[in-house]
Amino acid sequence: MTDNGSLGLVDTDIVRLFTADDPLVLASGSTLGPVDVAYETYGTLSDARDNAVFICHALTGDAHAAGYHPGAKRPGWWDNLIGPGKPLDTDRFFVICANLLGGCQGTTGPSSIDPATGRVYGLGFPLLDMADFVTVHRALLTHLGIERLLAALGGSLGGMQVLEWALRYPEQLTNAAIVAASSRLTAQNIAFSAVARRAIMDDPDFNDGRYSEAGVVPRLGLRTARMMAHITYLSEDAFSEKFGRTPHPERNEPGFGIDFAVESYLDHQGRVFLERFDALSYLYLSRVMDYFDPFSRPHATDAVAACPVKFLVMSFDTDWRFSTEHSRRIVKHLEHARQPVTFRDIPASWGHDSFLLPVERYHDTLRGWFDRAFREGLR
Amino acid sequence: MTPRPITLRPDLDLIAHLVPGSSRVLDLGCGDGALLHHLMAEHDCTGTGVEIDPEKVLAAIAAGVPVMELDLDADLQLFAAASYDTVVLSRTIQTIRRPELVLREMARIGSRLIVSAPNFGLLQHRLMLLSGRMPMSRELPYSWYDTPNLRFTTLVDLEDLFAKLGLVIDQRINLSIAGEPVGKGFRAANLRAGAAVYVLSQG
Repeated sequence: MTDNGSLGLVDTDIVRLFTADDPLVLASGSTLGPVDVAYETYGTLSDARDNAVFICHALTGDAHAAGYHPGAKRPGWWDNLIGPGKPLDTDRFFVICANLLGGCQGTTGPSSIDPATGRVYGLGFPLLDMADFVTVHRALLTHLGIERLLAALGGSLGGMQVLEWALRYPEQLTNAAIVAASSRLTAQNIAFSAVARRAIMDDPDFNDGRYSEAGVVPRLGLRTARMMAHITYLSEDAFSEKFGRTPHPERNEPGFGIDFAVESYLDHQGRVFLERFDALSYLYLSRVMDYFDPFSRPHATDAVAACPVKFLVMSFDTDWRFSTEHSRRIVKHLEHARQPVTFRDIPASWGHDSFLLPVERYHDTLRGWFDRAFREGLR
Repeated sequence: MTPRPITLRPDLDLIAHLVPGSSRVLDLGCGDGALLHHLMAEHDCTGTGVEIDPEKVLAAIAAGVPVMELDLDADLQLFAAASYDTVVLSRTIQTIRRPELVLREMARIGSRLIVSAPNFGLLQHRLMLLSGRMPMSRELPYSWYDTPNLRFTTLVDLEDLFAKLGLVIDQRINLSIAGEPVGKGFRAANLRAGAAVYVLSQG
C-alpha cells in the first residue's frame, strides 16, 4: 500500500436508541428495551449528508474498526482499509461502525443487565434475526441524522447484514459490498457452530447462562469454541506457511501438552479471546447466521428489483468457511433480480481471514469501487 | 480515477451501433468495459460485463461498469434464461475452449446475439500456410506459442456452427484486413475479409 494515513486517536460512543417504554420490536415480534449501541465514526459528514458509509462487523468484531484507542498498541480491526488516503478514504467518506445487537462490546446483548429484573438476561435474552441487526443500524442512522447511505460494507457476518439491508431497504443504500459472506449456511457451517456452542454450554461454569452471577466464565468452552473456529478461518496452506510442523520452543519430549507451534498459536488465540468476548454473545450471534436464508423468503428480491442497488460481491479462493460457491450463490440471486452486480474471486492464501488483510487485488478493487461510488454520489 | 472520454475503438463503435438504445446488454469478454460504459452513458443501456483478465476487471470497475470475473467456458449458467436483450461476444470466440456451448448459452440468455470473429480463411493466411508458416496478420497478431487464441475458424465454418445451433444471421458486416467495414458489393468474404461481425437471432 502506498498510503498509510492513520486516523490517530478515536473514541467509542454509546447511545440509547430504544427504551423500556419505546422498545425495539424484533423480527420475532418480541420486544427489547432499553437498547444501547456502541459506535464509532471517522471522517466528516458532508453538508449534504451524502458521503456516509456503514461498516458491518463480523461475528466477533466490534465498533472499533479503525484508528487507536488511548494507550492501545494495536489499531481497530479494519485499520488497513479505513483512514486518510486508504481505500475507504476518510478524507472523503464519513464512516460509521457499530457493535452488533447481541454483542458484548458496548451494545446491549445477552450478558447485559435486564433493568426489569436487575439480573443478567442470560438465556432469557430473545433469539435474534439478521433483520434485527439492520433495524438497530437504521435507528443509529436516524440518531445521526443520516437518511441514506452512499454504501454499506461488511465481511462474513457483516456481509450478511449488508445483504439483508439491501434486500429489505434498498432505497437506503446506493451501493452494497458483501465480502466473504453467505446467503445460506451449509450443513458443514452449521456443524462447526454447533460444536462451538456445545463446548460453551457443556462447560460446568456455564450455569445455564447465569455464569456472571456466579462470578465465573465458561472459559474452557469459550476457548475451545474459538480454537476450533480459528482453524476454519485460515486455509491449510496458511497454517503450513505460518507454522509448518515447527515444534514449540519449550517442548522437551513428546507428550500431550503444547508440542507444536500451531498448538501454541491456537492456545494463545483461545486465551486472548476470553479477554474480549462473551460466551452468550457467541451463542446468540452464531445462531443468527445458521438461520439466515433471505432468498428463501417469498418475494425476497421484489424490493431491490424495484430499486436496484450497486452490488460488489467478493470471495477468496482459499476460503473454506464461506467458499466461493457461497458468494456465487449470492451473485446468482442478485443477477436474476437484475441488479448491477460486480463479482470477484480474489486469489489470497489466507482463507476466510483474507477479508481482514491488505491483499493487494482486494484493496485495489475496494478502492476503485469506492472511488466510483464517490464520483457517482447518491442515486 | 476520472471517467474515460467517450471515444470508442472503431470495432466497438461498430458494435455499439448494432445495440438498440435502452436495452439490457451482457458483454462477454468485456475487457476494460469500454463498450458497456459507452452504451450506459450514451445509449441509456444497462448491463453487465464478464471478463477473466484481472487487470481488465479492475479497469471496468473503475469505469463504473458492473463486471463479473468469470470463465465463459464454465460459468454462464449463472445467468438467467432470457434475462438480456443483447449478448455480445466481441473478438472473443477464438479464445474460448467451448465455443459451441458458449453460443448455446448466449442464445439461452439473450434474444439478440452479436458475435465478431477473425477470419482464419483470409487469403493472406492461406498463403502463409502454403509457404509453410502459421498465419499472422492484424487480426491474428500472435506467434503460435504465445497466442491467446485457442480456436481458429473461417467465416464459412463459423456460419455452419450458427446453422447447427439454429441461429439465424440477421446481419453480417465484413471487415477489411485493416478492420474497416466494407460495402455490400464486397465479394468472396471468406477469402478477403479479415474479420466479420454477425447479428444473430433464433429462428
